[in-house]
Amino acid sequence: MINKIVQSMADLMSGIKDGSVVLLGGFGSVGQPNALLDGLIEQGATDLIVAANNAGAGHVGLARLMELGRVRKIICSFPRSSDPVVFETLYRAGKIELEIVPQGTLAERMRAAGAGVPAFFTATGVGTKMAVGKEHREIDGRTYILEQSLKGDVGLVEAWEADRWGNLTYKQAGRNFNPLCAMASALSLVQAQHIRELGGIDPDHVVTPGIFVDRVLHVPYGDPSGF
Amino acid sequence: MSETATSAFKPFTRPQMAQRAAADIPEGWYVNLGIGIPTMISDYVPVGREVIFHSENGVLGMGPAPEKDKIEPWLINAGKQYVTMLPGGSFCHHADSFSMIRGGHLDLCVLGAFQVAGNGDIANWATSENDTAPAVGGAMDLAAGAKRLWVLMEHTTKDGSSKLVTKCSYPLTAPGAVKRIYTNLATLDVTERGFVVLGMAPGLSLEDLQARTGAKLHLPV
Repeated sequence: MINKIVQSMADLMSGIKDGSVVLLGGFGSVGQPNALLDGLIEQGATDLIVAANNAGAGHVGLARLMELGRVRKIICSFPRSSDPVVFETLYRAGKIELEIVPQGTLAERMRAAGAGVPAFFTATGVGTKMAVGKEHREIDGRTYILEQSLKGDVGLVEAWEADRWGNLTYKQAGRNFNPLCAMASALSLVQAQHIRELGGIDPDHVVTPGIFVDRVLHVPYGDPSGF
Repeated sequence: MSETATSAFKPFTRPQMAQRAAADIPEGWYVNLGIGIPTMISDYVPVGREVIFHSENGVLGMGPAPEKDKIEPWLINAGKQYVTMLPGGSFCHHADSFSMIRGGHLDLCVLGAFQVAGNGDIANWATSENDTAPAVGGAMDLAAGAKRLWVLMEHTTKDGSSKLVTKCSYPLTAPGAVKRIYTNLATLDVTERGFVVLGMAPGLSLEDLQARTGAKLHLPV
């Protein structure tokens, strides 16, 4: 019997190696896999490259992981937040690398990785400093730059519902980067608010099919708690 | 006090700027509003006109801010503010949301800016080449991807220098992207000739406007 639902955080996190590329769902406070970040902190992997839209807030979750010196590089579109003190301190001290990526390019780089597309051309960033050093090509009269896909060793995903095959739904704006992190990562780890019986999620309503998911943990934490 | 030409005019307020832009958005357009003053545009869409608002974080068909006791904790916009969903609205993931932007499906994006040049170049994400932690968000995708880019901004900076320029000194968000600008002093189109003045704040003369603008102004032909 296939059962991707695990019973402990330790089981969920087992096997994450030092130096891993970690793709992180979430936008603002919504859809953030905070329990999984706590699990990763506990698990101990270090020298990580983390891709996420933001670079953490306060001293919890991603900010805590960075504060512990476990993140070598952040790939994100918007490293500012309501309280970006940890990132800014590390960045000013030269203790963390930053790769700024336009938000749509970040999302597309993940989708491309999940879809087996190694790189793609986009108009976003043409004529700006994002284009420096990148291959340019004119297609049908418009100039594009080549962007590489972004594959994760590990994806951390926050879902609304999950079943034992790993089918997922999301809640409202909590979807954001989560389905992309799931499809783009070699090891997709999910925290889900609700566990449903197999067949309990209408196939028409599944957003992330279980083929993109490796392990699920039930984390019924309730609502995101503001910003 | 004598009424000189430069003291008699009345700049548009921010709500008036938003209202002027809103009045120019036709029914049926799909529109993304940037963080800041552009967000106010949604409050001024004429009653009965259907305009569909998009937010980068996968929200299409966004409604106004909720009453305090009706906040949905999972329903935010790209500015991380609580919003509502209109009947007919839909959610999608980030890659689909940016496909709407990058695939040329949005009729209009309205952004704020630090500078706009007469050739349509826009700079709105970093104020110097050495910004400690630059943050671009979705601005480059929106500027390059939407069918039209309008800018809603003050005409000058706090120290009085023009935000309309011949060449942007700040890092570009996109070259040649801006089609129209709504400021507190004027509404302007960006054309092959450069800035063309469509309208001005009450009491302002073209000479006054030119004196506050860092690039040559033109009148419509």
